[in-house]
Amino acid sequence: MSESKEKSTIVLFSGDLDKAIAAFIIANGAAAYDHEVTIFFTFWGLNTLRKDQDVANEKGWLEKAFGRMMPRGADKLGLSRMNFGGLGPKMIKHVMKKHNALSLPQLIELAREQGVRMVACTMTMDLLGLQQEELLDGLEYAGVAAYLGDAADARVNLFI
Amino acid sequence: MADLIVDAKGLACPMPIVKAKKGMDSLQTGQLMKLQTTDKGSMKDFQAWVNQSKHELVESHEVNGVFTFIVKKG
Repeated sequence: MSESKEKSTIVLFSGDLDKAIAAFIIANGAAAYDHEVTIFFTFWGLNTLRKDQDVANEKGWLEKAFGRMMPRGADKLGLSRMNFGGLGPKMIKHVMKKHNALSLPQLIELAREQGVRMVACTMTMDLLGLQQEELLDGLEYAGVAAYLGDAADARVNLFI
Repeated sequence: MADLIVDAKGLACPMPIVKAKKGMDSLQTGQLMKLQTTDKGSMKDFQAWVNQSKHELVESHEVNGVFTFIVKKG
């Protein structure tokens, strides 16, 4: 295409499974609209990007405690409502499978395949004690200025 | 007849539209794609999607819960 693409951005602040699913469905939809899509992950949203295995790295006790208390990856997130101590996510995953809906890890994979840019906020990574090695490969790392640069050019900007 | 047939029956949002996009990417301008879906929101979805693109919705109809769309690549 000769003209520059439309842009869409999403800020994923939440680390709730349902909200992350919504964010990735919108991101994949926008990519299907041929938009250049960027998702910025900040605060609890960063947990969506964590690898599911324990990555050995040097951390202070507080960072270690944060690391243990936060969900390790997209498959471990809880629901914003009706979590029931982890039973809720199991139920919704079952229902999603029944309806042939993609799981969150599959939606993330699809987003990558469609060229959705995923940007991790470095300031909140520091706050939560998350290091690059703990997050998925192929991410970009940036701050608020990079987000605003993209958002100013985009017509669809969501905060989830 | 269609140059490409995409079967998105049984797939949930956002897969039909993602498959449609991939299908259109593989076609040349003027070629036709036939797409079938069963997702209940499909009619509105595809009308909106085609409106925002350079493609043309040649035909759309629903029979027994199966939506069929013919899209011409623009």
